[in-house]
Amino acid sequence: MDTVACIKRVPDTGAKLTLTDDEQHIDTSHLGFTISPHEECAIEEAIQVADDHDGTATVLSLGPADADEQLRTGLAMTADEATLLETDGAEWRPRETAAALADALSGDADDPDFDLCLFGNESADVANHQVGIRVAEQLDIPFVAGVTDLTIADGKAVAERDVTGGTEVYELDLPAAVGVKEGMNEPRYASMRAKMQARKQSIERQDPVAGEFDGAIEKVKLEAPESTDGAAEVLGEGTDAVPAVIDLLRDDLEVV
Amino acid sequence: MSSDSLPSQVSTAIIGGGIVGNSLAYHLARMGRDDIAIVDKGPLPDPGGSTGHASNFLMPVEHSKEMTNLTQRSIEQYKDMDTFTNSGGIEVARTDERVEELKRRVQSAKAWGEPAELLTPEEVEDLVPYVNTDLIKAGFYSTGAGTCDPLRAGEVMRARADEYTDGGLHVSPNTEVLDLHVENGSIQAVETDRGTVTADEVVIAAGLWSPKIAEMAGVDIPLTPAVHQMVSVGPISFFEDYEGEISFPVVRDMDTQMYERQHGNDLEVGSYQHRPILWDVEDIPSIDEAPLSPTQPPLTEDAFEQSMADALEIVPELLDDPEAGIRHEIDGLLSQTPDGAPLLGPLQDVDGLWSCAAVWIKEAPAIGEAVAQWMTRGWSDIDLHGADVNRFYEYGNSRSFVKDRASEGFQKIYDIVHPAEQYQSARELRTSPFYEKQADLDAEFFEAAGWERPQWYESNSDLLDRYEDELAEFQRPNEWDSRWWSPIILAEHLHTREHVSMIGDMGFSIFDFRGSDVVDYLERMAVGRVDVEVGKTVYTPILAENGGFVSDLTIARLGPEHYRVVTGGAAGGSDRAWFGDHIPDDADVTMIDRSESLCTLGVWGPNARDVVDSVTEEDMSHDAFEPYTAQKITVGEVDAWAMRLSYIGEQGWEIYAPMGQGRRLWDVLWEAGQDHNVRPAGMGVYGTTGRLEKGYRLFGHELELEYNPAEAGLTFHGVKDADFIGKEAYAEAIDEENTATLCTLSVDDHAPEGGERRFMLGNEPVLDENGDVLVDDEGRRSYVTSAGTGPSVGKHLLMAYLPQSHAEEGKRLQVEYMGQQYPVTVEVVGSRPLFDPENDRIRS
Amino acid sequence: MILSFVEHAGGSPDEASLEALTLARELATATDASLEAVAFGAEAAALGESLGAYGVETVHRVADERLDTYAPEAWAESIAQLVDDLDPEAVVAPGTDRGQEVLAHVGAKRDLPMAANCLDVEPSDVYELSRQRWGGSLVEHARLDADTKLLTAAAHEFSPETASEAAETSVQPFEPALDESAFRVSVDRVEESDETGVSLGEARVVVGGGRGVGGGEDYDKLETLAGSLGGTVGASRAAVNEGWRPHDDQIGQTGTKISPDLYVACGISGAVQHMVGCKGADNILAINTDPEAAIMQKADYAVVGDLHEVVPELNDALDD
Repeated sequence: MDTVACIKRVPDTGAKLTLTDDEQHIDTSHLGFTISPHEECAIEEAIQVADDHDGTATVLSLGPADADEQLRTGLAMTADEATLLETDGAEWRPRETAAALADALSGDADDPDFDLCLFGNESADVANHQVGIRVAEQLDIPFVAGVTDLTIADGKAVAERDVTGGTEVYELDLPAAVGVKEGMNEPRYASMRAKMQARKQSIERQDPVAGEFDGAIEKVKLEAPESTDGAAEVLGEGTDAVPAVIDLLRDDLEVV
Repeated sequence: MSSDSLPSQVSTAIIGGGIVGNSLAYHLARMGRDDIAIVDKGPLPDPGGSTGHASNFLMPVEHSKEMTNLTQRSIEQYKDMDTFTNSGGIEVARTDERVEELKRRVQSAKAWGEPAELLTPEEVEDLVPYVNTDLIKAGFYSTGAGTCDPLRAGEVMRARADEYTDGGLHVSPNTEVLDLHVENGSIQAVETDRGTVTADEVVIAAGLWSPKIAEMAGVDIPLTPAVHQMVSVGPISFFEDYEGEISFPVVRDMDTQMYERQHGNDLEVGSYQHRPILWDVEDIPSIDEAPLSPTQPPLTEDAFEQSMADALEIVPELLDDPEAGIRHEIDGLLSQTPDGAPLLGPLQDVDGLWSCAAVWIKEAPAIGEAVAQWMTRGWSDIDLHGADVNRFYEYGNSRSFVKDRASEGFQKIYDIVHPAEQYQSARELRTSPFYEKQADLDAEFFEAAGWERPQWYESNSDLLDRYEDELAEFQRPNEWDSRWWSPIILAEHLHTREHVSMIGDMGFSIFDFRGSDVVDYLERMAVGRVDVEVGKTVYTPILAENGGFVSDLTIARLGPEHYRVVTGGAAGGSDRAWFGDHIPDDADVTMIDRSESLCTLGVWGPNARDVVDSVTEEDMSHDAFEPYTAQKITVGEVDAWAMRLSYIGEQGWEIYAPMGQGRRLWDVLWEAGQDHNVRPAGMGVYGTTGRLEKGYRLFGHELELEYNPAEAGLTFHGVKDADFIGKEAYAEAIDEENTATLCTLSVDDHAPEGGERRFMLGNEPVLDENGDVLVDDEGRRSYVTSAGTGPSVGKHLLMAYLPQSHAEEGKRLQVEYMGQQYPVTVEVVGSRPLFDPENDRIRS
Repeated sequence: MILSFVEHAGGSPDEASLEALTLARELATATDASLEAVAFGAEAAALGESLGAYGVETVHRVADERLDTYAPEAWAESIAQLVDDLDPEAVVAPGTDRGQEVLAHVGAKRDLPMAANCLDVEPSDVYELSRQRWGGSLVEHARLDADTKLLTAAAHEFSPETASEAAETSVQPFEPALDESAFRVSVDRVEESDETGVSLGEARVVVGGGRGVGGGEDYDKLETLAGSLGGTVGASRAAVNEGWRPHDDQIGQTGTKISPDLYVACGISGAVQHMVGCKGADNILAINTDPEAAIMQKADYAVVGDLHEVVPELNDALDD
């Protein structure tokens, strides 16, 4: 069973995000890049499913040439193959992204190249919450978002998603796609040897097909909201503060 | 300890709450400072600097005595704070050359008093079963090595400081320094985003941010952030059976410039083999912006590729553990200086502003202690001259210099570095007016404090034939012994003693002092009496209060209220700071640095007077220009000033002229010298061969804070009436029996076991007939302070402080060099020259 | 017309849907348009009673009993057909898993762009809007140009407000034409959680524990406190990574976003990735040994002290 994890190169940020002067991007001049936590789980799941079902796990990304760093992370986690839909680094909108991914994934019109395609539920940076769904719609395959558990049995995927008070269970015919949420598994750390080998592995590079669309969502600029923090009101030190806390809970917040 | 508010006034403000700042606070408090603030822009206990990501192991043995002593002392302190684990450490050799280096490590370990031994690969395997011993030829086992917890140590130190100060320690984390206020050349206050604190003294202990802080006061701390790559691999099942942080010695895979060290269930793999990756301090993200910490940017993957291959080779079993992965990977930022040593001491352009930067975890507690001693009493127990922040003054503070040297130096961290090894980058920085002339004569230039100085001249190679017989037994067949050396040095030496040579420029630092209080001031600085007749020169030690050496130099009286101080170039920065700092506020004394305006040319040898006299307007006869005096002279067209003295013990002069006329000075003397068989000679003669035959002491080698003038044999001044710094200790040292005495030794046999004749280079331990290192009653160990061949006395000479019991002329001892012991004999106890003991030549 | 997608439980609208409705009504008011809602399930009829207060004139109840079970594509296709019929200026959905999912399918089916997690929308021919990026730590200002604008309202960013004038609400059934294929994804079954008590996302009081808790067993005292306050326990990503708590308990950018009346943060440093998950809290009380920790700047109230001492003492006091 062949799997694909679709991943995105995103900045590895600290607590504070700084913008470039033109307010179009976050300033990454001193930052590294990473894969969002949801997508790390997607890679892990793609590898496990492929391993358990004698298939091939592929990592696929749309992004700049440097995104091969994230693809190599996937290879180092022991994904088998990597494909980069190489862009010039400009930010792609969700519909264009989905079209390019769907095009790369479509294989023959009737038969996608994979059995299971895993997306992060949303990207860490732009968080449009829609690329995976658009890809699935375009490929005409089922999709479930927010998946935290996945099992493959009898040619079907059983996906679970947490809801208030319980878990929804979905059964999907394959091929299928899911949006993964962190917590689905514990993504492995690449071994040093795998990491070294991944650096030597080849990455297939393709030109993405953008497509044309009516209407659009266009980014105008980004804004880093000013923190409106003020220091907390200190109720006291150590256990001496307990009476004040009780007063607060009872009288002000009325939670007791 | 108050931690939420910044006081408006303290006596000492420390900028930086890493291991260095905490150590300083603790030791200052212990020494009586009761009003101290620590300010850091990061949170505690880990403010985000190098302290937070260091691999925290301490390998005490280095080839530098001071650095070794500092690490030893730091280990004691970490132990005392219960933050040290004695794991031991092993440096492994993959090559024959490294095996030799490991023998030299053992030699240094013996010299500095640290237990260590050479191991076979099998012995390495016994201690560290996971090392691939197929790859290694030997191991150097430092049993005292171990790991520490610097963050915990910092907490302990702050708590102790708080106790000593009775609550007078103010810790202010999350406080960013915005400016340093300086008025009239003195530090006034530290301005932060939480208010301004006035302080009598401010110490910059901000690690790799130190240059940025120094800039706020308009001064330089020359260091650059440099990347040290490190990854952590785990969980490793092999380690699961072992409790605690570390159960196996740290392994340094020296030839790949890497280390592997257990940390709980993980293996930390660190590397210094990658290309130098230097950062600009401005580019380091803030704590808020950094994903991990400001000093832990993401690993530069391509630079780490070879390191991974090497690590997999040396510890394959651990790294191929199927459960283990790379859990943490960083480009750890640390501080790299132009010469690898820390940057310590008072910054000379701003009174009250100190630097305590570029310090590693392994030496931080002891450096905090030593700098605290320096601050509170003027000198430190462990000599820090080699780490004086002022040593790059006026030549080595540019960003380009710091980066070039840091890049080159980064590659030396684990490399085999010959004691005479020369930097290749940032050369031709300071050149004398003789430089082109010397280059035309095929000078081999060595650098000192930026100055290019000929070490020898290839154009003198014809002299090798001339002195073939004398040189025969001093040829050095071993490549290591002869690296950065040439027998031409010895030939130049013999020529000089037979005819005459021109030596220059020595790169001296030259300070002129003027003013109505100049006599009193200099009397207070110098051991020797300086209130001498105009025209006299005085060679004198400069002491700290404890009687240890701060410098040795020559003071010439040029006029009733005008003196000139000439000191070695390398010591120039710290001497300048020492003299400058000791000018009393209300004294009429002006100090002018002439180092960059005057060049120096020495003309020495039996024919020196014939050469010089032929081109000077003045009478240069013995009576007209007596030894140890100075005069203005005119050499050809050049207005010069000369001192009649010689560091190599020959007739002749040091001639000083304005830089602009230096070339003419050279030409005039060179031309005049043609009739007198003049040759150029290099610093090899001046600094080593000639000097050692004369028993002259060299600052930083024989002269240092740990030995007093009596032990160094420099008490010929007696005790003058005037007060001077260190007088009490000096007088006491003269009265008391020496514990050790500086002696000159000679090597009896250069190949006691047959084979290649070997020649010691310095820093070798001195052993008794049983092979035990000599240790004096103060616990000081005997080692070779200087080594060099004395061709005129036909001996390879060594200087060493020997315990009184062994300081006896004719005494047979041994020296260990590269794992071998060589018989040596004590030639001279004290300062009597071996060559021309009555100094007839100087007086001729 | 502005169409708002309303999720409900037994005819009672969800909080998040009321938030979305508030945004939708702002748009309707600004453009002088009517406000209508779409909802699924037989019980949606009851919404007619409650949504009038929010200015909803018409509730389109999608009448197909196959849709009583959640089926994202079928629900989306239904809304898409409703959009075809009604040609609304915008469709607003709540910023929930379902809201995002259904609206994204609508976008895919009708080839419309969608703006997720909107904070503020200025309606005109082209919508000028701001939306969350980076879990809310960055704001994107964007222009949305489409025949029908698809928007989801960022969770916890809008306070549900009733309209100044309540509307008369009519409930109209809508019968979509749905192939069986539209039901290829639907909830097969719901497994009830073993956990009793309130879920993290809806709890009125959350007691969170971070790295400072020190170990899984030390969460007992936090459980006790949460119990006394009628709340539940959460954790920081660091604590989850340590294995002290299950991922379900994680509060933060990649975990649950909470909006309690009170969040008690114990031994939590206050990294932004955590704070974006709890900024919906009305009040934050931090208990931390480090007065300089970031959480102390972000909390409303603080106790400087060791949670291992303070929390048990608090539990005792609450016991009395």
